[in-house]
Amino acid sequence: MKKAFWLAGATILALAQPALAGDTIKIGFVSTFSGPTAVIGNDMRNSFELALDHLGRKMGGKPVEVLYEDDGQKPDVGKQKTEKLIQSDKVDFVVGYIWSNVLLASLKTAVDSKTFLISANAGPSQLAGELCSPYVFSTSWQNDQTPQAVGTYMNQKGVKSVFLIGPNYAAGKDMLAGVKSTFKGQVVGEEYTVWPSQLDFSAELTKAKNSKAESIFVFYPGAAGVQFLNQYAQAGLKQQIPLYTAFTIDELSLPLQKDNAIGVPGAQQWVNDLPFPENKKFVEDYRKKYTGLRPTFYGAQSYDAANLINSAVVAVKGDTSKKDEMKAEMEKANFKSVRGPFKYGNNHIPIQNFYLQDVVKDADGQLSLKTVATIVKDDQDRFHDKCPMKK
Amino acid sequence: MLVLVEQSLNGLQFGLLLFLLAAGLTLVFGIMDFVNLAHGSLYMMGAYFAATFVAWTNSFVLGILMALGATLLLGIALEFIALRHLYGRDHLDQVLATFGLILFFNDAVRLIWGPAGLSLPLPAWLTVPVQIVPGVFYPAYRLSIIVVALAVAALLYIVVMRTRIGMLIRAGASNREMIGALGINIKLLFTLVFGLGAALAGLAGLMQAPILTVQIGMGENILILAFVIIVIGGIGSIRGAFMAAIFVGMIDTLGRAFLPDLLRTVLSSAAASTAAPALSSMLIYLLMAIVLVVRPEGLFPAAKR
Repeated sequence: MKKAFWLAGATILALAQPALAGDTIKIGFVSTFSGPTAVIGNDMRNSFELALDHLGRKMGGKPVEVLYEDDGQKPDVGKQKTEKLIQSDKVDFVVGYIWSNVLLASLKTAVDSKTFLISANAGPSQLAGELCSPYVFSTSWQNDQTPQAVGTYMNQKGVKSVFLIGPNYAAGKDMLAGVKSTFKGQVVGEEYTVWPSQLDFSAELTKAKNSKAESIFVFYPGAAGVQFLNQYAQAGLKQQIPLYTAFTIDELSLPLQKDNAIGVPGAQQWVNDLPFPENKKFVEDYRKKYTGLRPTFYGAQSYDAANLINSAVVAVKGDTSKKDEMKAEMEKANFKSVRGPFKYGNNHIPIQNFYLQDVVKDADGQLSLKTVATIVKDDQDRFHDKCPMKK
Repeated sequence: MLVLVEQSLNGLQFGLLLFLLAAGLTLVFGIMDFVNLAHGSLYMMGAYFAATFVAWTNSFVLGILMALGATLLLGIALEFIALRHLYGRDHLDQVLATFGLILFFNDAVRLIWGPAGLSLPLPAWLTVPVQIVPGVFYPAYRLSIIVVALAVAALLYIVVMRTRIGMLIRAGASNREMIGALGINIKLLFTLVFGLGAALAGLAGLMQAPILTVQIGMGENILILAFVIIVIGGIGSIRGAFMAAIFVGMIDTLGRAFLPDLLRTVLSSAAASTAAPALSSMLIYLLMAIVLVVRPEGLFPAAKR
């Protein structure tokens, strides 16, 4: 009996061995894993895990350990979890961050401790501008960029006026500002809704309808996007006022939005059908590993984040104390991104293409997103001048 | 002017929906003296049942009726298995137990239906806008919520105020021991009241489902509003819940609709856009605070015990 006990103890110790500091690459992953937007966090985790599978679960010859933490979509919780990861778990990287307000709350902890933070989604304007840091990289975009592309597309379509609706938080404000910066027509109205609690948009839709605007632009990520599209269709506006979107229709919301999403254009830096071999591998293996699910842009950005980290760790042969060398390597964006090749600006935000995406029925009869055109090429965010870092 | 009509309808619709939720809560809280935080979970279950049954039967009306029955049964079962043992206890015990039930239901839903949420598509005849006065089109579905909720409110009034069972409910609320001594099965009565409350919550949930998505935790935010309503209206008063729900719905919707423009006349446009949503969501709580100061027993308190 006693012997068995010792054996068990020894086995646990042996198993625990690789977790000792220095022998593993430790990554903290902060995202939303509970509540209505947990599906987004799950997609990011799935993609990150897939990337690790593709890397043989090793970086620079060392095994990788990932600690997933749930921010509950709350800035204070996200900050707390980031502090825990950096201060008590002593991770080499923190990754993830869906929400701009959560990222902004967590940013200082990472920067002050000189821990690399890779944003796999959130791109608040502050991060690209005055709050940019040598220790922060983005594998997504700056919030304004995607709606800017939508604004450009609306100009191409000859739209004369627009009514803007979005949630009242950091990203919502960036998104609406983004459209306004490129859209040449008239902005007839601008409405912000309480985020994330307000789910009924009847008052805003009524205002949009009565404003006589020629079009509506919205930004509603996650379940709110489903609700908005439902209510937009039920109000009979689909036949009256065309809708333009950013981050409102994706592979997670589409199965719920169904036909309501058909004919509603959006812009994105990554679409599942982009013709790069890395992307094909990512999408196919994802669908194989997680049957019934399809990767989203959130996932693609997380997949890229893993590969960006890998490039840095490989460059220093696993010695994560060489921070300057890792930073220099990451600035080269020397990895195969699923969105195709891109460069980093001085503020560590990608300079990249934005595509027009549309909802179509694919070969399996399922609704899916399809690239229709390239709206802008090599687009750089409009805040990089405010970033004190120079190239 | 037409905008005002339409926005008022939006407010009315939201208020009536809140009433359905608050009516069940006030019945249970006021009459049975039981704090049920899991009321929001019953709202969620109603929505999940509806989404499931509508998909099974391919009929919107049939699915909804089945979901209503299922929520009623669930409420009765819940009362029978768990909650009836808590009636004599302190409110804090009830809060703890029913908070536990929220967690239980959220995870049960995650296990059964998965984390992604469901959608409840409307039949074609409910997706068309209806012209109510010349120039004002209103979504048929929202209009039908107004009609159904008004009918339920009227029915509830008749049952509680004009029938024998309603008399027993009111009597049981005033003096539980006495009515028991008179030979009435008070336990059964309370089970029925709880079931009715559950069905009302389920009805609110399933009617809200096509507008929102059916998702885990959907009942939690709206439950706070329901509590605000029963505080404003007076705990245990159905009439109070009705009036307060309409107040809250109107204030919330009209605040969102007109406050930004109002603020823009005094503030810069950017500041107004940011402040207005925050301010309009505060209005309701402001109203509650004022009511608590001026009339702590609520605007329409139930008859004195």
